[in-house]
Amino acid sequence: MVATKSIKFLVVFVLALTSFTAFAQEEVVENNLVDSPDEIREFIAHHLKDSHDFHLYTDNASGKHYGFPLPVIVWTSNGLKTFMSSEFHHDDNGEVVVDKDGTKIVKYHTKIYELDEGAAALSFDEAHHPTNASKVIDFSITKSVFGMILTGLLMLIGFSSLARGYKKGNTVPKGFSRVLEPLVIYVRDEIAKPNIGDKKYRKFMGFLLTVFFFIFILNILGLTPLGFNVTGQIAVTACLAIFTMVIYLFSGTKDFWAHTLWMPGVPIILRPILAVIELLGFVVIKPFSLLVRLFANITAGHFVVMSLMALMVSLKADFGPVASTGMSLILSLFIMFIELLVAFLQAFIFTMLSSLFIGMAVEEHDEHH
Amino acid sequence: METLLNDFSVGLFFMQALILLIVIVLMRVFAWKPILDALQTREDGIQEALESAENAKLEMQNLQANNEKLLKEARAERESMLKEAREMKEKMIEDAKTQAQEEANKMVSNAQLAIENEKKAAVAELKSQVANLSIEIAEKVVREELSNKDKQAKLVESMLSEATLN
Repeated sequence: MVATKSIKFLVVFVLALTSFTAFAQEEVVENNLVDSPDEIREFIAHHLKDSHDFHLYTDNASGKHYGFPLPVIVWTSNGLKTFMSSEFHHDDNGEVVVDKDGTKIVKYHTKIYELDEGAAALSFDEAHHPTNASKVIDFSITKSVFGMILTGLLMLIGFSSLARGYKKGNTVPKGFSRVLEPLVIYVRDEIAKPNIGDKKYRKFMGFLLTVFFFIFILNILGLTPLGFNVTGQIAVTACLAIFTMVIYLFSGTKDFWAHTLWMPGVPIILRPILAVIELLGFVVIKPFSLLVRLFANITAGHFVVMSLMALMVSLKADFGPVASTGMSLILSLFIMFIELLVAFLQAFIFTMLSSLFIGMAVEEHDEHH
Repeated sequence: METLLNDFSVGLFFMQALILLIVIVLMRVFAWKPILDALQTREDGIQEALESAENAKLEMQNLQANNEKLLKEARAERESMLKEAREMKEKMIEDAKTQAQEEANKMVSNAQLAIENEKKAAVAELKSQVANLSIEIAEKVVREELSNKDKQAKLVESMLSEATLN
C-alpha cells in the first residue's frame, strides 16, 4: 500500500521533468543540425559514451559550445597529469595535442591517449585505431563521475535531512522527506527482509539502500536533458555488480560454502563438478547477469528514446515537418514513460537480486537434504 | 564484445568504486543508521501502542465481565433474601397461628375449669343454703311444736315411755 503510493508520487514528480526533457533534447538535435542518418547514429553513439566535458548544446550558427569543462586526471608514463578538458577545445578526433611537461595527450572518440615518444600527431590504421599512441589510465572527473558525485550529494542532502527530521523528534517526516521515507521502508520491507531474513538483513541495509537510490537517481538523471548516461556505462555497472559479489562472498556462512563446494546429498563423483558450476555461478554468472542487465536496459532505453526523437529529422522529408515532429513527440513521450518505469524497475531488480544473492550466502540450513 | 571491452574504462571503474565506497560509508553514518533506527523505534512504539490498546480492551472486557458477574450475584442475593423473607413471614404467621390456637385452647380450658369451680361453689352454697333453710324451718317447726304445753308434756311422756322400755 505505501510502496505503490510512493511510486505514484515519483512518477508524477519525474513527469514534470519529462516534457522538458523531450523539448530540450530536440533542441540539441536541431541546433547541431544533425540531419543525416549517419550523423544521427554518431550523435547517439557519442551520447551513450562518457565524455570529458559537460556539454549542453552547440549553437551551430556561431559555432559556440554551451556547457562547462571538467577536470582531466590521467596517469601517464610520466606520472599523474591534470588539466581542464577545455584544453582539448571540444576536439574528439585526436587533432588537438595537449602538451604537459613533454607528455603529449590527445582525446580520440572519448578516450584519452598518450602519444608515443617523438610522435607529433595521432596516426591511424585502416580500422581507425590509433597506432602511435597508448591508452592512459583515466581518473578524470568525466560526465559520469560528475553525475555520480552529484547523485551522492543529492542522496546525502536528501536522506540526512530525513535523518535530522527524526532526530528533532518528529516521528512523521515532513516535506520531501515524506517521499523518501516510504522508499526506504519499501527497500527494507519488500527487498531486504524477504530475501535476507529478518535476523540478518540489518547488516546489509547500508549497501542495499545506497545502491538502490544510487541506481534509481542516476537512471532518472539519465532521463533529464542533462544527458547523463551513467548506469549505461559498463564500468559503472560492473563496479556495482562486483561490490555485490564481494559482499556476498565475504558474508557467506559455513553452510553456504559447504553447499557450494561440497554439496551434501549428491554422489561423491558429482560433487567436484557441482562445485565448479556453483562457484562459476556465484563468481562469474551472477555478477555478470547483474552488470549486463542494468547496462543493457539503460543503454537500450537511451538509444530508443534518442532514435525516436531523431525520427523528427529523418522523416521530415517523407511526412513533412508537422507530422514527423508530432509522431516523434508522441512516440518518444510514450517511450519516456516506459523508461521512467524502467528507471525504477532496474534499480529495484538490481537491489532485489543483490539481496537475493546475499540471502543465499547468509542462509542457515536447518535441515540437511 | 570487443566494443564493450573497449568501452570499459578502468579509470571510470576505479572512480565509481571510490565514490560508491565513500557514498556507502557517508550514507551509513549520516542517513541509513539514524533513519533505520528511527523507523525501528517508531514501529516498536506503534506495536507497543497497539498491544497496550489490545490489553486495555481485554481489561475492559474483563471489567465488564466482572460487572456482569457482580450484577448477577447481587440479583441472586436479592432473590435469596426475598425468598428468605417470604419464608420467614410464612413461618411467623404459622407460629402466630399455632400460638393463638394454643392460647385459645388454654383459655377455653381455663374457662371451663372456672365454670366447673363456680358451679361446684354454687352447688355447695346452694347446699348450705338449703341446710340453713331446713334448720330454720326445723327450728320454726320445733318452736311451733313446743309452744303448746300439752304437746310438750305429751312429747316428754312419749319419750320417757320409750326410755322406760329400754
